[in-house]
Amino acid sequence: MGDAIRLIEVKEEILSDNIKQADEVRERLRKTKTMLVNLMSSPGSGKTSLILRTVEGLRDSVRLGVIEADIDSTVDAEKVAARGIPAIQLRTGGFCHLDATMVTQGIDAMAVEQLDLLIVENVGNLVCPAEFDTGAHKNVMILSIPEGDDKPLKYPLMFSICDLLLVNKIDYLSLSDFDMAALKKRVLALNPQITILEVSCKTGAGIEKWIDWLNKEVDTFGRDEGGV
Amino acid sequence: MHELPITESILKIVLRHAEGQSVRKVVTIRLQIGRLSDLEDEWIQRYFDYLSKDTIAEGAKLKIERTPVMMQCSACGASYEAQTARIGKLACPACGAGGGTLLSGREYYIKEMEVQ
Repeated sequence: MGDAIRLIEVKEEILSDNIKQADEVRERLRKTKTMLVNLMSSPGSGKTSLILRTVEGLRDSVRLGVIEADIDSTVDAEKVAARGIPAIQLRTGGFCHLDATMVTQGIDAMAVEQLDLLIVENVGNLVCPAEFDTGAHKNVMILSIPEGDDKPLKYPLMFSICDLLLVNKIDYLSLSDFDMAALKKRVLALNPQITILEVSCKTGAGIEKWIDWLNKEVDTFGRDEGGV
Repeated sequence: MHELPITESILKIVLRHAEGQSVRKVVTIRLQIGRLSDLEDEWIQRYFDYLSKDTIAEGAKLKIERTPVMMQCSACGASYEAQTARIGKLACPACGAGGGTLLSGREYYIKEMEVQ
């Protein structure tokens, strides 16, 4: 054959290993009727506060577990576990995102068959987590008022892959020039199917709508064995 | 930011496809990456050069074709290309409606490779 150049067709997804692993996670949790929610946002936008509010809101209706992936810290999982909720801390060691293999490790360490809902707190970052399927059945993101209404322009992929957007820290609205109507228009242009809820984890405003959404989704997921 | 895991996957897939094909050297790898991705071409190549040392893919050039962001209008169904710089002001050129469903722009795909 010598040094002649030959063509080899590859035709393969670069992230095929992760996609396969993510599908396995979804299938495995469908069998145990555990809905997996991937929670994403920038650092400091209120993921842990939201989880603590969620623990309170779902206490009587849903068996909840939490996988935390904050970079190399056990503070978050301890806060959640202190409220009597099963929680696992993944040591992502500086990784910028979670992938399905890391989520699998978290699931292996939990009694998922006893859970109706598992929330994964992804690494605080609006870029990388959007690219890696975690195996979640629903993707949720938080945007907080101090971050600004222009974020959909800078991180379009993140806004386009989420099922629900929580606009947090609405108690700051009167102090800022955040334009809620402009934000909603920008987000809906990228993702017409997305649900947008306004909340404040600090005051508790709007949290009941988030809890309603979770209750409904968990209920639908539990009934519909073959569904998404 | 996550060029490293992406590049690891590229190398792994390339080496697997080269197996049993009596490949002495991988010369070019053609990728399709969607314009919505934040990956920097230059960094993918740098990471690849680093990871592929002492493999048959060492020195291979990555040729990256960026696939456009295509939207389908939710009002009239027409499909159109969205410029990433204007992503907040998307409007359908056919009917003027804002918003739509993403058809492409998220690709991470290895098309083919040239080998010796």
